[in-house]
Amino acid sequence: MMEHIRTPKVENVRLIDRTVSRKATVGTLYLSATHTIFVENNPETRKETWVLHSLVASVERPPTTPSGSHLVIRTKNFQVLELLVPQERDATDIHASLARLSRPEKYSELYCLSINPTANKEEREESWSFLDLQADYRRMGVPNNLWVGTPANSEYRVCDTYPSELFVPKSATPPVIVGSSKFRSRGRFPVLTYFHQDTLASICRCSQPLSGFSARSQEDEQMMQAIMKANPGSEYIYVVDTRPKLNAMANRAAGKGYENEDHYTNIKLQFIGIENIHVMRNSQQKIIDIKTPSMGDFLWGLESSGWLKHIKAVLDAGVFIAKAVAEEGVSVVVHCSDGWDRTAQACSLASVLLDPYYRTMKGLMLLIERDWVSFGHKFSHRYNHLDGDPKEVSPVIDQFVECVWQLSEQFPCAFEFNERFLIQLRRHVYSCQYGNFLGNSQKERRDMRLRERTYSLWPQLWKDRAQYVNPLYRADHTQTQGMLRPNTTPYCFKMWKGMYNRLEKSAPPRHSPADLLTAVREETQQLEQELTNHQEVAPRGTAHSGTKQGIQTPKSKMKRPGRPAPSTGDGSVDSPPHDYRSTQRGPPDPAMTLPLGPPKGSDPDDLSSACSDIESGVIDLSSRSSSGGDDCKDPESDEAIYCPAWSGTRGPDTGRLPC
Amino acid sequence: MEFSEHIKTANVEDVVLRRPFYQPTKGTLCVTGHHLIFSNRGGDSARPFLLLLRNIDAIEKSVENLPSVSSGTITLKCKDLCVLQLDIPGMEECLNIASSIESLSSLETVSEMYPFFYRPPFLSLQDQWGLSSTEQHYAQMKEIHDGWRVSQVNRDYSVSPSYPPAVIVPHSIDDETLVKAARFRQGGRFPVLCYYHRETGTVIMRSSQPLSGANRKRCREDELLLQAVIDGSELGYIIDTRSSQQAQQARMTGGGFESKSCYRGWKRLHRQLEKGKVLQESLIKLVEACGDQSHSVDRWLSKLENSKWLSHVQTALSTAGLVAECVERDGHSVLVHGSEGTDTSLLVSSLAQLILDPDSRTLAGFLGLLEREWVQAGHPFQQRCAHSAYSHVRLRHEAPVFVLLLDCVWQLARQFPLAMGFSEPLLLRLAKEVYASDYGTFLCNSDQERCVTGVKERTHCLFQSLLRANERQHYSNPLYERTELAIWPSIQPPSLQWTCAFSPIQWPFDMC
Repeated sequence: MMEHIRTPKVENVRLIDRTVSRKATVGTLYLSATHTIFVENNPETRKETWVLHSLVASVERPPTTPSGSHLVIRTKNFQVLELLVPQERDATDIHASLARLSRPEKYSELYCLSINPTANKEEREESWSFLDLQADYRRMGVPNNLWVGTPANSEYRVCDTYPSELFVPKSATPPVIVGSSKFRSRGRFPVLTYFHQDTLASICRCSQPLSGFSARSQEDEQMMQAIMKANPGSEYIYVVDTRPKLNAMANRAAGKGYENEDHYTNIKLQFIGIENIHVMRNSQQKIIDIKTPSMGDFLWGLESSGWLKHIKAVLDAGVFIAKAVAEEGVSVVVHCSDGWDRTAQACSLASVLLDPYYRTMKGLMLLIERDWVSFGHKFSHRYNHLDGDPKEVSPVIDQFVECVWQLSEQFPCAFEFNERFLIQLRRHVYSCQYGNFLGNSQKERRDMRLRERTYSLWPQLWKDRAQYVNPLYRADHTQTQGMLRPNTTPYCFKMWKGMYNRLEKSAPPRHSPADLLTAVREETQQLEQELTNHQEVAPRGTAHSGTKQGIQTPKSKMKRPGRPAPSTGDGSVDSPPHDYRSTQRGPPDPAMTLPLGPPKGSDPDDLSSACSDIESGVIDLSSRSSSGGDDCKDPESDEAIYCPAWSGTRGPDTGRLPC
Repeated sequence: MEFSEHIKTANVEDVVLRRPFYQPTKGTLCVTGHHLIFSNRGGDSARPFLLLLRNIDAIEKSVENLPSVSSGTITLKCKDLCVLQLDIPGMEECLNIASSIESLSSLETVSEMYPFFYRPPFLSLQDQWGLSSTEQHYAQMKEIHDGWRVSQVNRDYSVSPSYPPAVIVPHSIDDETLVKAARFRQGGRFPVLCYYHRETGTVIMRSSQPLSGANRKRCREDELLLQAVIDGSELGYIIDTRSSQQAQQARMTGGGFESKSCYRGWKRLHRQLEKGKVLQESLIKLVEACGDQSHSVDRWLSKLENSKWLSHVQTALSTAGLVAECVERDGHSVLVHGSEGTDTSLLVSSLAQLILDPDSRTLAGFLGLLEREWVQAGHPFQQRCAHSAYSHVRLRHEAPVFVLLLDCVWQLARQFPLAMGFSEPLLLRLAKEVYASDYGTFLCNSDQERCVTGVKERTHCLFQSLLRANERQHYSNPLYERTELAIWPSIQPPSLQWTCAFSPIQWPFDMC
């Protein structure tokens, strides 16, 4: 990749912070093979800002101004980095380099494959054995006398986008499997994804049948029958078509479509109405573009983006399936068109709703590994890992992650992980720092020998789990047990500010109650540990006084449990007040404008640009400088990784991402 | 008791009560002068369900009268936004109950209201009514004693009927000047101190609009009073909660604004805050949107936008932020007023104090703030809260200004979860109490009215009650950690969240 870097270093670049009084910091810009790095000149802080090339969504070059050329880098994490480069030629070079570096053409250019990943063979292999999908099937009681593993797809013979190991009803013979797969789009025949031990009902997934207007397949009908029979005592199954009915009908003209209820005995067809990937892509773009100066515009933008409507549709699908399985004890077969986008969303959400295990950190990892990775969700296409067809790109897993977040807002004690975990997870789907999400199917990943050439993300997330723990999680809470029954009234859906408005700098990073609780809990554990130590050490006779001391000494610490310097108590400190002046309605009377404070532009859109700035992580940590060096440890600051040399080849095993 | 003439049927058996989050239950319904009492015959531990008739905002009834069935259903829509349903056997009983509820819930004689009959064992009428008087408040603020004094000029409410007897004014201004200045302000509400900022020595004052009228009248005393406020410093700000156009128009009806030439050193800024009917209709639309049954996100967002409620929240917080910014960042004193000075001025001045003053963010401090800035300052609670979002009665003076305050405070608390000493249940409780209460705190429209009707002698004070040990615990924020710093709220739309508190199926208070 180095050959694409025309200018590796530019001095006197200004990093413009749009929110904090439009001040700029001067520094040096470096381009490495993997990152754009801005190092502040200020000798006291020397703050560094790192942006991974693979997370760059776009680089814009507004017209050159007398003071230099602007570069606006937008990341796939919805962050914005604005740079002012003094020489136009440098700006052109950087722009060209970044345009190329952020659009890799071959897998080998991707981070996880280009950064000397095979350094430690043992550790690498271990990282891939961190999760065991088969163990999770065993956990849910599969195989059993109803569901068995089938060798039909070994070597991906029947369906090249499915995993090689699949579970089907015991009565489904190989001819039925093969026949059914021939009648399904891309050979994706119905297979088990979740088995509910209490009701013996199951969730199966597949793609749409090739039914057209009249075609039928005896084997496919037998397959459905087998699925129903695998749920003793049940007299019918639901077939959930997650598409809007009109879309499904339109597919019939292309020889695809949906199950004809006359041909299949005992099925109940249910359409959910999740829109297709193109609608979702446009919707997310709209929510990113929302201008937010006025409440009216914001709400109008939120409505016209349709985003929350789509989120609700996805959640509704999950709720329908979960209720059928847990409350009615009826098995559900889920499909959409190809059965790898909406089907993945609906099935995995149903699992989250049904099974408390998937609300734990490891459980969610397994769920993603199963319903998304193993079942052939097209990660590289959807998340644009390589420069490809923009029409294939769509925020499908974003919506799943957001649904989980919406649930965690309704059930604060039910999830082991916090919002940060979800954001980090989504980030890695896009970043390609680990091999997990490369390619579009298990077969592709096998052919690329990713397990020999890259590391797996999961053990890394697990190692950092301390920062992803939800302190309110209570495994024994009634809320946590059994099935979640979320309220899906429209007003329960909120805009995910942590994801989309991480940028709002002027609202200072605030201390969340969760962070406080985590700190308190850590402190308590530490104290208990100390207490135990004291009790162990102290001879019996003096145990009493020893214990007392043990409690008293750390008590002073307890006052401010693990929190940053006092002045950042609630983060309100160094931040300037909002620009309360610029929100007045109508044209401001110039005579009545306060002549105080920092000058502000005359552009009425100021506020919107102001808030479209970057989260603390990417830029300017100085507004929180009172908390000292701790800032760089802010787990939110994905990009702000401090590392002395960025040409290095430190593997993921070092605990920090390689730079 | 005279209530009995309104009660034709006092008891009905086998009534079914339906309410959100509870299974329908069958029991006995009883109407008393102030309550609907529903007791479950099964007698399982459940206490009888008690509903203040005053809490009922609207009542809908439907009856069926066939030879085989004679029954009726009453739907009660409460001012706290709860919706209940009663299935009553017997058409006549149903109609009787409905007519009792209708007449009893609309009684307007203050001294007949329930707070005058409420006698809980844990409170005594001998206790001080209210948390603190102006004098006590002043006595605690030693730092202002040099420049400011307590004036009793309104001791008989003759200067301003809606002001408390004692107010804090600049030391250099004598009572005679105050009397004259009061004549130049609507309702006699001359500028008084509401907050003193220790670090900068600047203040927040509030008043009503000056009565300059079409002829641009002046009042030397009023000018003197304001001059004394910024004495020594070169600048003060007047935050007018009307648009400049509205302020101009007000001159035609005798009101007006402080002109630049007469009030040297004062700069006027206009921020239009809605009040009155506009605000009431906004709440009605919001509640309607929350109750929408279509389950369509688009419809919800469109109705939410259409209600403009969050825009009002945004404007209120932004104006309060501006006031706080003037005081803290720029070191200039501020006078806040709109027209009457009893609604939006109070909203802005109290929010600005919450932003600036850590003392007002404790549980006791917040209640103290409400007492000073709303109860004593003469917010006309009885007029504003006569009806809530369901009533079909023609609107008169209703406006949910206080509810808007509570929502703004909720937003602050959400943005600064550690900075407030009180919790969300307190805000919900206050939203309920302000419309219908066992306590006298929110009765009447002014201090004077409360004295005349004997509220202070014959009712209990809600704030006192909320500060009792077990209540205090319930309403405290367990995460509270005092910060001395100002808390600057974000007013970006994504930072302001809609709350399901306006939904008719909000969580019952004990479940919050």
